[in-house]
Amino acid sequence: MIIKGKAHKFGDNINTDDIIAAKYLDSQDEKFLGSKCMENIDPDFPKRVNAGDIIVAGNNFGCGSSREHGPLAIRGCGISTVVAKSFARIFYRNAINIGLPIITLEETKDIDNGDIIEVDLSKGTVNNITKNKLYKTSIFPNFLQEIIQFGGLMNWIKTKKK
Amino acid sequence: MGLTLIEKILLRASGKKDLRDFVYPKVDFCFGNDITAPLAVKEFVKAGFDSVFDRKKIGFICDHFVPARDLKAANNAKLLRDFAAKYKIKNFFDINECGVEHVFLIEKGLIQPGSFNIGADSHTCTLGGIGSASFGVGSTDLAAAMEEGRCWLRVPETIKFVYKGKLSKWLGGKDLILYTIGKIGVEGAHYKVMEFSGPVIEKLGLDDRLSMTNMAIEAGGKTGVVEPDEGTLRYLKQIQGKNFRFKGSLKDLKSDKDAKYRKVIEIDVSKLEPQVSCPHLPSNAKPVSSLKGIALNQVVIGSCTNGRITDLRIAAKILKNKKVKKGLRAVVLPASPDIYKQAEKEGLIEIFMAANCIVSPATCGPCLGGHMGILDKGEVALATTNRNFIGRMGSPESFVYLSSAAVAAASAIKGKITHPNEIIK
Repeated sequence: MIIKGKAHKFGDNINTDDIIAAKYLDSQDEKFLGSKCMENIDPDFPKRVNAGDIIVAGNNFGCGSSREHGPLAIRGCGISTVVAKSFARIFYRNAINIGLPIITLEETKDIDNGDIIEVDLSKGTVNNITKNKLYKTSIFPNFLQEIIQFGGLMNWIKTKKK
Repeated sequence: MGLTLIEKILLRASGKKDLRDFVYPKVDFCFGNDITAPLAVKEFVKAGFDSVFDRKKIGFICDHFVPARDLKAANNAKLLRDFAAKYKIKNFFDINECGVEHVFLIEKGLIQPGSFNIGADSHTCTLGGIGSASFGVGSTDLAAAMEEGRCWLRVPETIKFVYKGKLSKWLGGKDLILYTIGKIGVEGAHYKVMEFSGPVIEKLGLDDRLSMTNMAIEAGGKTGVVEPDEGTLRYLKQIQGKNFRFKGSLKDLKSDKDAKYRKVIEIDVSKLEPQVSCPHLPSNAKPVSSLKGIALNQVVIGSCTNGRITDLRIAAKILKNKKVKKGLRAVVLPASPDIYKQAEKEGLIEIFMAANCIVSPATCGPCLGGHMGILDKGEVALATTNRNFIGRMGSPESFVYLSSAAVAAASAIKGKITHPNEIIK
């Protein structure tokens, strides 16, 4: 799967309260959650996102709460994938479970806000088209690749049951 | 090669001979709350599942936005109530009978030493304080577990923390964990189990151990754990009463002497002062004396970190015959009805009321900016909770400091961050 979009740059330790404030957790509506994405730190963020854009972040992206509303909000505002130097573990598993593509890249600091990025999930490559720079990343372990290929945990379970 | 306690539990639960990469262990208990479980229920229904793996091993605990703060919150609690009724799920709890999940589930005997549990709440790691392997997961994980009775996990490495020396007066588990997170950072235990051990932990009461394991997630940890001991069983008998049903053997619930650790970190606690974490990360821990004089609008004493009877006793000891500073709001939230009743019996509630505190029913409420004490723009709070992220307790332009109940109570009296020594010598 190849994803192409504009980079929206964030720093280290972007936590789940940044991604979606707790007061909105009574909603399970992806689009509504998306309209509030990053409200605490960047209230205009959803307005700047064009469908397919990419979040590029530093260390420990998604730290804090277990709220799956986090990856839902990110997808809901039109973001196609998150590229981060590292992910907090519950965010990481939530993204895989709901089928939001994520990728770990050591060199996220070299990507600037607005760069056009192309991510090839099956090859594990991140191509900064603006800067003409190609990065190879480590691909997911087999077990997780299987869940990702089925589009998330629920589909994986349903397929295994058949 | 020996095994850690968490490895032993995962080995048993996954029915394997050895642990590698990923496991798919059977859960002893799985649960969610009124904000995570509705999403799980919707996923469960969307997937077309029509049965649950075991109606006694699933729990729905309404504790976050309840007593229902608004119509949506009421609707989410109702969604869980109806689903529980349909599938005859035994452990559905409304706020009047439960309290904060990670406190209540232990009281109710639903989490046992040596058990493997998942909870759709990041502070599920708290439950490791009694020697269980308990992991915070997401709503889809819970939905899958409700149907499958299993949850996928990457086998974690463990960091062993060994606490030595003598703890000074007014210090407890909260100070130890804030200091530890300050030392290793919010990513310091990334994906790792934090095993808390050493002579200081052996002497530490269970309420304090639980406030340490509670914050393992704040260092990026996969969970926290303390080996259960005789003190653990005494504690469980006391708080569980007729719900006490641990039948295992304590000697099976220890890490082996030759267990493999990613790292062993020794911490001498002798010179430690009460710790306060400054906005906006739990790792910004500083000695209380360095923050003296920071003015406060609100103090919160409660939560799955520090809303237990030990915390209330310490707070009441400091607040007895005193008043909170005029203009400051002090909210006390006993973390469960049992704790509330006990506090009442011991006269603690009376002390809080006489000191002009607000005593709230058990709820997560203000901890996550839900209700019962939201901060306005520019306001500053000191809370015994676990997170001080931007906007955590309300306005994105408010500020949250984290501390123990002792520091919180002393600070409520002075209206500014205060060492408990200034109130009681």
